Amino acid sequence: MKMQKKKKCIAMLLAGGQGSRLGVLTKNIAKPAVPFGGKYRIIDFTLSNCVNSGIDTVGVLTQYKPMELNEYIGNGQPWGLDRNSGGVHILQPFTKIKSKEWYKGTANAIYQNELFIEQYEPTHVLVLSGDHIYKMDYAKMLAEHENNHADCTIAVIDVPLSEASRFGIMNTREDGSIYEFEEKPKEPKSTKASMGVYIFRWDVMKKYLEQDSKDENSDNDFGKNIIPAMLSDGCNMHAYAFGGYWKDVGTIESLWEANMDLLSGDSALSLEDNELKVYARNYDCPPTYIFEGAKISGAMITKGCEIKGCVENSIISSECIIGEGAVIKNSVLFPGTVVEQNAEVNFAILGTGVHIGEGAKVGETDFSAAEKKKQKITVLGSRFLLEANGAVQAGEMLEAQS
Amino acid sequence: MELMGIIFSNIYDEHLGEVTKQRTLASLPFGGRYRLIDFVLSNMVNSEITNVGVITKSNYQSLMDHLGKGKEWDLDRKIDGLFILPPFGTGQKTVYRDKIEALWGAKRYLERSNEEYVLMSDSNIICSIDYTEVLKQHILAKADITMVTRKEEIKDKSNIKGIAVKTNTRRRVTDVLVNYNRPGIEQCGMGMYLLKRKLLLELLEEANSYNLLDFDRDIIQAKHKKLKIMVWEHKGTALRIDSTQSYFEANMALLDKEVRDAVFRGEGFVYTKVRDEVPTYYGRKSEVENCLIADGCRIEGRAENCVLFRGVTVAEGAAVKNSILMQDTHVGKDVSLDYIITDKEVEITDGRMLMGAPQHQIIINKGKIV
Repeated sequence: MKMQKKKKCIAMLLAGGQGSRLGVLTKNIAKPAVPFGGKYRIIDFTLSNCVNSGIDTVGVLTQYKPMELNEYIGNGQPWGLDRNSGGVHILQPFTKIKSKEWYKGTANAIYQNELFIEQYEPTHVLVLSGDHIYKMDYAKMLAEHENNHADCTIAVIDVPLSEASRFGIMNTREDGSIYEFEEKPKEPKSTKASMGVYIFRWDVMKKYLEQDSKDENSDNDFGKNIIPAMLSDGCNMHAYAFGGYWKDVGTIESLWEANMDLLSGDSALSLEDNELKVYARNYDCPPTYIFEGAKISGAMITKGCEIKGCVENSIISSECIIGEGAVIKNSVLFPGTVVEQNAEVNFAILGTGVHIGEGAKVGETDFSAAEKKKQKITVLGSRFLLEANGAVQAGEMLEAQS
Repeated sequence: MELMGIIFSNIYDEHLGEVTKQRTLASLPFGGRYRLIDFVLSNMVNSEITNVGVITKSNYQSLMDHLGKGKEWDLDRKIDGLFILPPFGTGQKTVYRDKIEALWGAKRYLERSNEEYVLMSDSNIICSIDYTEVLKQHILAKADITMVTRKEEIKDKSNIKGIAVKTNTRRRVTDVLVNYNRPGIEQCGMGMYLLKRKLLLELLEEANSYNLLDFDRDIIQAKHKKLKIMVWEHKGTALRIDSTQSYFEANMALLDKEVRDAVFRGEGFVYTKVRDEVPTYYGRKSEVENCLIADGCRIEGRAENCVLFRGVTVAEGAAVKNSILMQDTHVGKDVSLDYIITDKEVEITDGRMLMGAPQHQIIINKGKIV
């Protein structure tokens, strides 16, 4: 019996990475589940992109600390992915008759879920990462992929030449076809960086996944193994140039910057734009209340907060409480953070449920000195408790005592 | 499942004039991101009621749109859930005239339900009540009907179609006054009644055969000697909305932390329809004080003592005071507003000055450009 409708294109979202460079922020949750922009999680962007591109079948491959991410995704209803046919599916590593193994690499993770993909008989498979912030219509990329009769299309973004050696760089001919791929080249020949967004023809991909799985020396990774193998075999591979905002938020610095980009106004990442809207799971709380005497300037504040103090150039997630006389500048507060009166926070990321005691100081709080140079970001892990008048130095990263 | 719920969505429409012209009272926007029905519906859900019928009369498109399948209240269920009950027309009688007829139209739904008890409620009172407590007292007191009441001050010329009761020391109703508006402090009905489903059906049958219409007058008042009617007094905060003035005051009351906590952080969450808004952006020159602000707003100007609903924008140089701006209201540059209620999707063009008064707010109708 056939259980599923045939699909033209399904998405496989890689969400299993530990995100170790985010330190205490990913101590108990997978990177895609890290809060972003006041009311979102990082994964909301890719999930919403799928929905906005007409892709209604998404397999989410999880491995590292998946509980919160699984619960967050749930049945996919917030993204309209609770479907009779297709929808969102969490794909955890599972035991087989002869082997019990984890996902070894990105390609291996997809290969282990071959049966999941097969049941939809897709023509194409879109491979995504769950840790990038961008709004993109994959349907346009898919159309180009089909026009080119490509075996594989890789989305690329133009990066400054000076930074190109941090990325996987695609060297292309005039027609956009790829002749070479270089992972973090010392002397980059182009500025077309891979965004970690691939569309493969499923029959071709399947062949290479099977081949790769037999190679014991392989890292089972798309970038390191599958793409080079396809290139050397002369597969028809194209680069798809994406012109919008894209950011890998794999480090504290970039996570902070991407949040600040929401406030800059001239950022290409507009959340208010109804085209390619970003959806998130909704939690019920009342509107935010701004007390008399509060001062807010250039800030984003989500519902459920109570603000008495001063908030400047910051992102405040839902249900935060900012006490009288408290000053929050250039910072990102995750949900449920409490900053008591007269406390000061500057250039910081405060994790979920962090509590900053009265008069405490986090980061460089000599504000006039701090304006002059870019500061190191201070990070406090979820439920960190800073006692009254306590202090955390700029650039420190601390986790809650268990 | 001992208790089911019935909500009346239209009962006091005519008292609110313009804001209920195109919608039911139940779907009147309130408190930045809610509709009035959210409060009673959330109370029911928080009291573990999973079978709720919403009786509608006219202009209920917005209510249907808001409630959908009841997903946000977890009422999209295989067994029971949310039922919207439009008028059940037979012959000449298409639209009901009062509560008894309205319930008569929902007779089949009541008959088909399995719960032993019914809780009926209007949708014009904002409060947080645990109905399981009402049921407990109802069973313990062996009451026929329990009505939820609250000590309220009746002000002069109140246009409320109210009901006030006198009780003995054991909280049994000994006298019932309908359309009561003599100033003073009285035990006033909150439009919430709990009784056995079978008893309700019997009472409806009887009332229908006498062509009676008014539940308060023809059942509660007429039968208070024959039936054991008890009161359950709600001692907490409650905001009654029965006029434009009380609508304005109830919204403004939410600027008080005590009221907010009582309403929003009482027996459970208050649920409402999700709109997928972005967090609110406060511009570099914004000045905001004593305001309740929903998600999805963009504030560049000044706002003081206001309730701003989802998607409101206030441009630079604008000053909004003592006002309620409903969903997607756009306030232009250098606009000045004081004691204004704008309905949804109103646009105030650059430079306008509009001023109402504390006892008489100016209401701007849905979709108007001023």
